[in-house]
Amino acid sequence: MKLHIPNSAFIGNIDPFLRGINFSNPNELILTANENWISVHPIVLSLIAALGLPIEPAHIHCEKLTAKSAHYLERMGLFKFLGIDSGMNISEHESAGRFVPLTQIKNSDELSAFITEMIPLLHLEPIQTNSIRYVISELVRNVLEHAQSKNGAIVSAQYHTRSNMIRIGIADTGLGIKKTISRSHIVHTDLEAIRLALIPGITGTTSKEGGTEFNAGAGLFFTKSIATVNHDYFMIYSGTAMYKLLKSRIKKLNADPFNDRHSSAENYPYFQGTAVGIDISLNETQEFANLLSLIRTTYSQTVRDRKKARYKKRPQFI
Amino acid sequence: MKTINLFPLVGEFAENKDIARDIRLNQIIPILSKGEQIILNFSGVNSATQSFIHALISDLIRTYDTNLFDILLFKDCSTTVQEIINIVVDYMLERD
Repeated sequence: MKLHIPNSAFIGNIDPFLRGINFSNPNELILTANENWISVHPIVLSLIAALGLPIEPAHIHCEKLTAKSAHYLERMGLFKFLGIDSGMNISEHESAGRFVPLTQIKNSDELSAFITEMIPLLHLEPIQTNSIRYVISELVRNVLEHAQSKNGAIVSAQYHTRSNMIRIGIADTGLGIKKTISRSHIVHTDLEAIRLALIPGITGTTSKEGGTEFNAGAGLFFTKSIATVNHDYFMIYSGTAMYKLLKSRIKKLNADPFNDRHSSAENYPYFQGTAVGIDISLNETQEFANLLSLIRTTYSQTVRDRKKARYKKRPQFI
Repeated sequence: MKTINLFPLVGEFAENKDIARDIRLNQIIPILSKGEQIILNFSGVNSATQSFIHALISDLIRTYDTNLFDILLFKDCSTTVQEIINIVVDYMLERD
């Protein structure tokens, strides 16, 4: 596997980074980086960590990083995570108020503990943390319940003071969305699977409306809605497909992610797993209850529409 | 009438679905089965995820339909928790 960390890779411009990943030879990782500058979204780090975690440290080769900003990778715990020495000597800053380093979460109790410990690190107002902890809980629980990932979920986050924005990245090397959704729905492509996974009420655990007693299939829709209402980026990469919610001034929530302003493609290098990234602008953060009110309206309408559509389906006598 | 205080079980952010399921299976259902009324006391719980509330009450709605709301009462819910309960109730009642 070969990964090159570019000078800049945030959700808005992450496409070349993903397209440049070489997934061949999964037992080896060769990591290179821009010589002058490195500034990347946590999803990049979570993805690299998730891919590198199963690989023996002896088979991970990282070129000497010369960019001064490469210290960011050290502070986020990337090299510690991969079990390799970066050769950097830095005084580790107190992480409070700036970032949540790469963390592996393998079960429900670890997730609850992570959320409890993470929030004080960010030193934010309670109104600002509602969306953050909500998103992390729903996304990581998706991994734990559906992905069958041996290494659980890899999470990292960074707070950017200047833009007053928190960026969150979660990655796993589990089944991927297509395999999980295919358990209960007919899907032909990775992008189709991502689309279904984002529609409220659709879960891989059942084809029944309303889900099972344990799964409703709404976690990703809620997460996308938080990004939509706050006019922020959100993305999912799984298999060969990537869906990206683009910034928009429109607050309307759509059940079908293809009706949102977005970009998508399914000719990316095949990634066995799922990576999700989201930006949450704290300047734009809506009162959480208002957001939920919007979600309620959209969700109910979606269930009604799908019910109508279901009754329209009749046997085909040929 | 029995009261189940959720805060000591789930903290101020109710998100652990495993705990929600345990509460439903081991505390709520046995009481409802005896025909008794229950108060779910959310005092101290500031927020919850839809997944948590779904794991807590969706199966009860399937079983009792709207009659559930005569025997299961929600006390001291924050606006956020109320909204999430309403979302789950709405889509469960719309489903069939």
